[in-house]
Formats: sequence, C-alpha cells, structure tokens
Amino acid sequence: MPVFRFILQRVFQAVLVTLAVTLFVAFAVRLTGDPAVMLTAESSSVTEEDLVRIRDALGLNQPFYAQYFDFIKSLVTFDLGNSFFRGSIRDLIGIALPSTLLLAVASMGISILISIPLGIHAALHKGGFSDQIIRVLSLVGLSFPNFWLGIMFVLLLSIAFPILPASGFETWRALILPALTIGIILTATNVRLVRTQMLETLSQQYVMVARAKGLSERSVIYKHALRNAAIAIVTFLGLQFGNLIGGLVVIELVFNWPGMGTLSIEAIAQRDYPLLQVTVSILAIMIVAVNLAVDLVYGLIDPRIRVA
Amino acid sequence: MTDTLQNPRLSRFTRFRQSRFAKFEFIAGSALTSMLALLVLFADILFPGGGTAVNLLERLSEPFQSGAHLLGTDPLGRDILARIVHGGRISLTVGLLSALGSVTLGTVIGLYAGYYRGFLDSFVMRFADVQLALPFILLAITVIAIVGPGIDRIIILMIVSQWVQYARLVRGSVLSLRQREFVQAAVSYGLPNRKIIFRHILPNAMGPLIILLTLNVANNILLESSLTFLGLGADPQTPSWGGMLSEGRSYIQTAWWITVFPGIAIMLTVLGLNLLGDWLRDELDPLGKTR
Repeated sequence: MPVFRFILQRVFQAVLVTLAVTLFVAFAVRLTGDPAVMLTAESSSVTEEDLVRIRDALGLNQPFYAQYFDFIKSLVTFDLGNSFFRGSIRDLIGIALPSTLLLAVASMGISILISIPLGIHAALHKGGFSDQIIRVLSLVGLSFPNFWLGIMFVLLLSIAFPILPASGFETWRALILPALTIGIILTATNVRLVRTQMLETLSQQYVMVARAKGLSERSVIYKHALRNAAIAIVTFLGLQFGNLIGGLVVIELVFNWPGMGTLSIEAIAQRDYPLLQVTVSILAIMIVAVNLAVDLVYGLIDPRIRVA
Repeated sequence: MTDTLQNPRLSRFTRFRQSRFAKFEFIAGSALTSMLALLVLFADILFPGGGTAVNLLERLSEPFQSGAHLLGTDPLGRDILARIVHGGRISLTVGLLSALGSVTLGTVIGLYAGYYRGFLDSFVMRFADVQLALPFILLAITVIAIVGPGIDRIIILMIVSQWVQYARLVRGSVLSLRQREFVQAAVSYGLPNRKIIFRHILPNAMGPLIILLTLNVANNILLESSLTFLGLGADPQTPSWGGMLSEGRSYIQTAWWITVFPGIAIMLTVLGLNLLGDWLRDELDPLGKTR
C-alpha cells in the first residue's frame, strides 16, 4: 500500500513539525520571566503570598513538560483558558481568526485573478515587449514593503480621493484596501510562477502533439497546457501560504483589521504571554495544515511526487 | 535553441531583445546599488549631524520648496533627505550582515550534510520543515517579546532562521555533484574529504548561492523595515527607514512626504538588488534551479 504509506508519512511529519513549533513557542514564552511578577507589576501592595497564589492558579509550579502538555491539551480541545487582561482567549480567537481568514482568501483571490491571465500572456510572448513589462512590474512589486503599499493606498484612495475607508471592519468596503494591498504583493511572485510553469508545460511533447494535430492555439493553451500547469501552480500557491500569513500580520496593523496579526502585536505590547503563545501557535498550525493538504493532494494526483 | 524549436513565436530578434533586457537589468541594478552604497558610505560628509538636528522653527516644511530641505522636514524639523541617507546605514548593515552570516553557516552545513548524509542531513531537512511553518515575522514577534527590540537581535534571528535555505540549496547541488566524474576521480585519487568538499564541490555549487545571497539581502532589508515599523527593530532614536515610516503614519493626513520618501528609498534599494539577482539568475542558472 504505497499510497497509504505516503499519507501516513506526510501526516506524521506534519505532526512532528507542529510539536516542534509549539514546543519552541511555549519554551520561548517561559523564558520571559515570571508571569506572576509581570501581572502584578502595576500594583504596589503585592505580597509574596499573592505571588504564590497566582503561580498556583496559572500552573506555573509544575515542571515544564507538564505545562507544555497542558498547553497542547488546551490547543487540541480548544479550551484555551484566559488571557492576562482581556478575558477568554477562545472568544478573542473566535473574532480574530475568521477576519484573518476572510482577508487571506480575498487577497489570494485577487492575486489569482490578476496573475493567471498575466502569467499566461507573458509565457506566450516570451522575450517580447509585454513580457518584459510584466517582468519589470513584478520586480518592482517585489521591491517595496507591503505595509508601505498599504499606506500609499490610504494616502491615495482614503485621503486624496476619499473613496474607500482606511480602517475598520464594519462594511465590506473596508476589506478592499487591505485585500488589494496583499493581493498585489502576492501577484508579484505569482505572475512569475505562472509564467515559468506555463513555459515548462508548453515545451512538453504532448503540447507539440496537440499543435501537430492541428488543434486551435486556444485549445492547445487552455485545454492542454493550462490544465497541466494548474497542478503545480496550485501547489506553489499553497506553499506560499506562510508568506501570506507573515504579510497579513503587518497589513492588519496598518488597516486596524481585527485579525490574528493585530491580536499578536497587541499581546506583545501588553506582555500578554498566554495570548501570544496561542495566536502564534494557531497561525503556525494553519500553515502546517495547508502545506500538508497541498502535499497530499499533489501526491495523490501526481504519483511521481510520492517517491521523493 | 530548444526554445526556437518548440515555440514558433521566438525569433532571432526576440532573443536579441532578451539579451538587451539582461543588459538593462545589469546596468540599472548596479547603478542603483552602487549609488546607494556611495550615499551611505559618505553620509557623514554629505549630511553632517546624522540627520538628528532638531529645528522646531522649520517643522513640517513641504518638499521641493527650499534648497536647505529638498525633501521637506518632519514634525521635529529634521531634514528628511539627511535622515533617509543616514537611515540607509541600518538597512544595508542588516541586509549584508544577516545574509553573509546565513550564507557562511548554511553553506558549510549544507556541504557536509550533502556529502556525508546521515544525521546532519535529516536534521537539515527537518529544520527546513519547521522554518517553513514559522514565517519570519511570527518568529521575530515571539523572540523579540522576550529579548526586547534591537538591530543586533534581528540580525542574529535572521541568521538562525535563514541559514537553512542555503544549506538546502547547497545540499541539493552536492548530491548531484557527487555523482559527477571529476568528483569520483578526486575520491579515487585519494584526496581527503575536506579538500574534495571545498576545492572540487564548493566552486561548482557557487552560482545558485550567489543568486540566493543577492535576493536574501534584498528580502532582509524589507523584513527589517517591517519589524522596525512594528516597533520591534531599530531604536527610534537612530534614523531608519522603517522607523521613519512608522513616525510618518500619524501625520499622513497633513504631511505625506514623511511617509512617501523613505518608502521610495526602500523600493529603489531593493529593486536594484532584485534586478542584479534576476540578471545573475539568467547568467548563472539558465536551468532555473533557484526559481
């Protein structure tokens, strides 16, 4: 059962990575010092007994492995406990995670809508004028910080020509600017990806055969080449998910988008370590899960991948 | 050759144009990069005072109005152009040091991992999996929360996280180079492994490494500006591009120039490096291993 073994292997690897990342995060958070002292830093009348009671309540007297085990258990059961200052972590995540996912899907959608037609066009006119324009534009797109593009959009479309809101979450119009910002940044990479992949497929022999059969150029490109290139393109898009999440963290802050990135940055500012540990772990687990899914789907569609 | 056979649209003329494009990339890329390097190198001569001179009488003056403040001033009356030139120091230091550290560490580990395989090899591959799951911004957020912000920490963190990219690339080259005749010959000749690795394998694995190095410098300049923007990087007292952007954000309604110009500085710098990287890729890696 090679297929079964392949699935098992990949799942096992993903679990291992998840454990490594969460272990790192939990360990790092423990290094920050005594949470009991940090929690009570504001008030002046703290006795040693108070500190002991807080440590007891937070489970800080237990050895590290027991605390880590509790942390993993809380992630698995989604019983995430309380943050230092803002109540139930599960409630906070319940708002932040969907808004981050919404932004992620919207920007990925924008990027796909732009990069697939442009990438195909560039591949078909390789070396031509439009190919070079697309290539330079994508290089420029890779060359500025994503948050700066966001600020420029705000400057142009919210301040100079007030068409769109610069922040907030209330209407769907608030989604446009942040999604456009990340979408454009992603497009810079994706255009090159689609172009390379299309060029590779177009040089395959079955495309030559399709041309030799006298099929129309349209049918050669869309029915034969694009379909085959699509598998690899989708895989790379999945592998890019980590970059997407990294970019979201900063962009959310620029647009005051109430997502996981904003939540993480706020958690650092308030030194709210239980919350920080959960947000970072959940984002990392999401990335592992997407990569695993892509890996499995690709492996099942294309048997050649399973060997490696 | 093969392109012309399989794609009827590729004529000799387009191939000529392609080489012209490569020339453009090289000239534009090296012009931008060397211009920036010169500005940063002579920052103290061009703009003495480090761009920190406060002058409240001239606060928020608009750009292109006077020769004294070509790009305007910030809320404390400090000259934007001087701050940009001095701020380039931090960006270039972070970009260069982090990439040089990662390339050294990663290359050595990758060479040994690919040559001897075994435990080191599986460690590299597993570490790469973990690194993929934890985007640098998230890693930085977690660690900076503990050790506090600072440029030195960012550089170390970049090396700790990014060496594995190089190690994986080198490992791949070593695996295929080991099968080549000249390496087999060196082995049968009885050369010590260290000499085979550094004299025969490493020189042949350099091309992709140099490409990755260029793009890595560019990318780390972007990362540093993001982290400083979030308040996790450079000290707010010293001028830095990310820091200027974050200061300018509160004045975006009234003083656009504080935010626009540092961003353009970042873009030109990174674009220069990206153009060079792209040109190098065409020159050194025509088969597209680093794509």
